Amino acid sequence: MTPPEVATGLVAPGRGRGLLDVHRNRYLLSLITRKEIQVRYRGSVLGILWSYIKPAMQFAVFFVAMGLFLGLNRGLENYAVYLFSGIILMNLFNESFRNAARSVVENYNLIKKIYLPRELFPVSSLWVALAHFFPQVVVLVVACLFFGWVPGLAQVGAVLLGTAIVAVFSLGIGLLFATANVFFRDAENIVELLVMITTWASPVLYTWTMVRDAMAPWMFALYMLNPLTVATELFHFGFWQPTLDASSTWALPDAFFSLWVPVAIGVSLLFLFLGDLAFRRHEGTFAQEL
Amino acid sequence: MTDRTPPGQEVVLRLDHVTKEFVLRHTRSLKEALVWLVKGRKGDLSAKFKALEDLSLTVHDGESVALLGLNGSGKSTTLKIISGVMRPDTGTIGVRGRVAGLIEVGAGFHLDLPGRDNVYLNAAILGMTKEEIDAKFDDIVAFSEIGDFIDTEVKFYSSGMYLRLAFAVAVHTDPDVFLVDEILAVGDEPFQRKCIARIQELVSRGKTLVVVSHDLELVQQICERGVVMEKGRMVFDGTCAEAVGFLRERNRGAA
Repeated sequence: MTPPEVATGLVAPGRGRGLLDVHRNRYLLSLITRKEIQVRYRGSVLGILWSYIKPAMQFAVFFVAMGLFLGLNRGLENYAVYLFSGIILMNLFNESFRNAARSVVENYNLIKKIYLPRELFPVSSLWVALAHFFPQVVVLVVACLFFGWVPGLAQVGAVLLGTAIVAVFSLGIGLLFATANVFFRDAENIVELLVMITTWASPVLYTWTMVRDAMAPWMFALYMLNPLTVATELFHFGFWQPTLDASSTWALPDAFFSLWVPVAIGVSLLFLFLGDLAFRRHEGTFAQEL
Repeated sequence: MTDRTPPGQEVVLRLDHVTKEFVLRHTRSLKEALVWLVKGRKGDLSAKFKALEDLSLTVHDGESVALLGLNGSGKSTTLKIISGVMRPDTGTIGVRGRVAGLIEVGAGFHLDLPGRDNVYLNAAILGMTKEEIDAKFDDIVAFSEIGDFIDTEVKFYSSGMYLRLAFAVAVHTDPDVFLVDEILAVGDEPFQRKCIARIQELVSRGKTLVVVSHDLELVQQICERGVVMEKGRMVFDGTCAEAVGFLRERNRGAA
């Protein structure tokens, strides 16, 4: 009845290769990212300039209120720089994590109707967060220069590494929660809880020595296992430490570069691997669950 | 493309004993799921509904197939499985080449962006590269008859303009398998005729087409083959005219 059939090259549709697909769809990723940024600043005259004004104001408040009024400068030199370098890193993590976790549920309209690599959404959340992170780094650099910051190669490397660790970690945990959120909207509340904790679970407002002195050694080890803690210290090393006097006694935790930095890289990559795995395993059912 | 098999022999789409069940979940909170677990998984958290049952369908290149049937017969689910939005529970599905659809025109549009950005975004979502979009952009705008409004935000468009632009993007993607889900009722009469002409042109160029529609007259203008579905099963497969006759006969009997 039918002519001889040639059924070669048939592939199953909708089988994602995870993050590899995102790389193959770089152009679409850039469009989605640009859309998000454009939409956020639509109708505003100053546009992206607000991303500079807000952190600059935040820094000024830290400097005056915390440093001068509360006198925290006496305990920790250049406290505003110390605080700000940690805060912007947490901002990066929180924004990337929070938006990635919501990204799949928020784009249900597309996911239910058209097949496209769904990891594009969490990944674009990370890029949007990085786009908002950059102006904060610029503000921090300007502030640091004001405090006599002269960075070396090691400092620049530490800052880049810290950023990379946070980016990878936030994407990994974001993918996990994006997946969970499809099935249980409770995930969003857990995300909010975690976001609330992050700043306090890393040496952003205080120094790591306070944790070491107050906690048992195994609890301190647990504390150091958090990649955000290591990334924060990398930022302190890169931005804050060069602004200190030679008389300063501050030092990084023991075995920081030989042990904790590699561990943080490992933990972040592990989360990325697990997030990607969970996402890929469940993305086939996203369209019917949403 | 020297080693091309003659048209009509190459399989571009094959569904093999595909079954799809939908879980009608009763709950979406962690609390209820935990309670259910603690109580020893008594009762069912969810009810099930078979959307497709043992569906097998082979489509060769250059064929234009209409999926017909009443609401809830599984036509749209079939399209979603072909496009990869959903995966079958059992059975296999294979497609060759790029599949793109006019499934719900404008799903990827963002109201706060101008028409131009939306064209790029939507075309990329449908699988086009930047070069392809650049090359076709003027054609898309011309087809949509949007004119100077292309740089206006989409939220200021009339519903007709919106659909025309979305449709124009979709018909300018160049997929190997083209899926059309009930969107032919776009715009006014002249624009509708233009859309149908465009789709017929795609068919004459040898594109494979799978159409879901309730407009039986229209479907006969476009499709050669007709498949009638009922409660997730295929109940008829033949020429489009026969399929329409079969469906009408069947519905008369039911009424």
